[in-house]
Amino acid sequence: MENPLLKLRNIGFERQGRTILKDINLDIHAGEIITLIGPNGAGKSTLLKLALGLIKPSHGKRSSNKHLRIGYMPQHISLPDTLPLTVKHFLQLAKRYQASELEQITDRLNIQRLLNNPMQKLSGGELQRVLLGRALLSKPQLLVLDEPVQGLDVSGQSELYHLISDLKDEINCGILMVSHDLHLVMAATDKVVCLNGHICCEGHPQSIQQDPSYLELFGQSVPAHLAPYTHHHDHTHGEHCDHSHDDDEHNKQTKHKHKESN
Amino acid sequence: MIWLLDSLLAGWLLSLMSGPLGSFIVWRRMAYFGDTLAHSALLGITLGFLLDVQLNLAVVLCAVFVALILASLQRQDIIPSDTLLGLMAHTTLAAGLVTLSLVDNVRIDINGYLFGDLLAVNREDLITMAVGAAIVLAVLSRMWRGLLAASVSEELAQVEGYPVARLRLLFMVLLAVVIAGAMKLVGVLLITALLIIPAAAARPFSKSPVQMAALATVISMLAVALGLGFSYQMDTPAGPSIVLTSSLFFVISQSTYRLMGDR
Repeated sequence: MENPLLKLRNIGFERQGRTILKDINLDIHAGEIITLIGPNGAGKSTLLKLALGLIKPSHGKRSSNKHLRIGYMPQHISLPDTLPLTVKHFLQLAKRYQASELEQITDRLNIQRLLNNPMQKLSGGELQRVLLGRALLSKPQLLVLDEPVQGLDVSGQSELYHLISDLKDEINCGILMVSHDLHLVMAATDKVVCLNGHICCEGHPQSIQQDPSYLELFGQSVPAHLAPYTHHHDHTHGEHCDHSHDDDEHNKQTKHKHKESN
Repeated sequence: MIWLLDSLLAGWLLSLMSGPLGSFIVWRRMAYFGDTLAHSALLGITLGFLLDVQLNLAVVLCAVFVALILASLQRQDIIPSDTLLGLMAHTTLAAGLVTLSLVDNVRIDINGYLFGDLLAVNREDLITMAVGAAIVLAVLSRMWRGLLAASVSEELAQVEGYPVARLRLLFMVLLAVVIAGAMKLVGVLLITALLIIPAAAARPFSKSPVQMAALATVISMLAVALGLGFSYQMDTPAGPSIVLTSSLFFVISQSTYRLMGDR
């Protein structure tokens, strides 16, 4: 595998004598999506800030390419009402802002119509798109997203997750994000890291649910309608394959009906 | 009458700096921080006398020093920020008053330094202020985008590669320069008012940060002219007269905006 974009080695973080994180080892590669989950106070935000280089670790080492371009989408941004700032002004503040890219990005995120609105008047979902747009203006090699779908309804969440996953493929960046929802982990995630002061377990979203430490932390009570990972049958099999998914579905339904009629 | 013109020019030079900087103070919610620095100016004067340093320079240095102490105490999280600011503001003001009265070989007009003095501005001050204003405006226009980005979100600005810590320090130094310039005319107790009131009055009619800074400057210049005129005519203290005039502008701006909104 190629060199990671960002390496965290044996990272520990203490504040006022309290250990917040210890023994964190994490590599992030281009084209990879890593999702952090964990209970409140698990140190997710702290780990994100360490990865961003906003705070220095008490132990261990963070290393990256010196010119690594990071796009950061904070969870929230609180602007005073006294600041007259339109969405366009806000986006233009991006350090690597280029006028030619603004249009492309706003088109892609579907936020052109918001450009002349004051930042303070945006709805939650609009603000998230604008913040994502600002992150993209950094031409990121690594995107760091702090609870990107927070406060959106379920369809809004899945829409934004899809957008993020598509964007990853388009610009081939690595993505590190925190998910606030323990169960609805983004389908396209390559690796889920389960955090509680240290890394309890990590792995592919499907396999991690079988992990004893995951179950200990989050229990097994996954509501059926919020399946953590659903396998999308959006592919077709070759001819040598003796089943098709449509038929599977069909069979199940037929069986079900049979039962009922019995 | 020529001295009145000097005061007016000084006030206008001051407005050129306080318009944009005051806007930043409002955006960064740093009104109390500005107040604390301003209150330390009197201590700067005393120390300047004692150590025989040029007074304006002494005020700037003292304000920067207080700002650094504040920043380091805030980082240690010992007491809430607002308590700390109140504590520092009044401690430095008291220290300034006490030390000033202990130094008995200097005769200075404490009242003038507290509330401003129309007659206090001389030619030398005027030249110092012109140089100060030129430097402040040059630095501001160069650092504008970074300062604004950091005011919007320091974390975001830092991740994007703006030199956030350096910008913060720079902002404090600029603020200290304005305080030193404003002290004689407006008085240490009212400097913050001159910074934030014109900015607040400009807010409803501004569509962008640049517009707000420019409009605040214009309002501040009008307030200085009218306030000084009033002070001269009615023999009232200069600082309070200027501040009251800008408060009047604030009320007018707010009510016009409300009325326009109702239509």
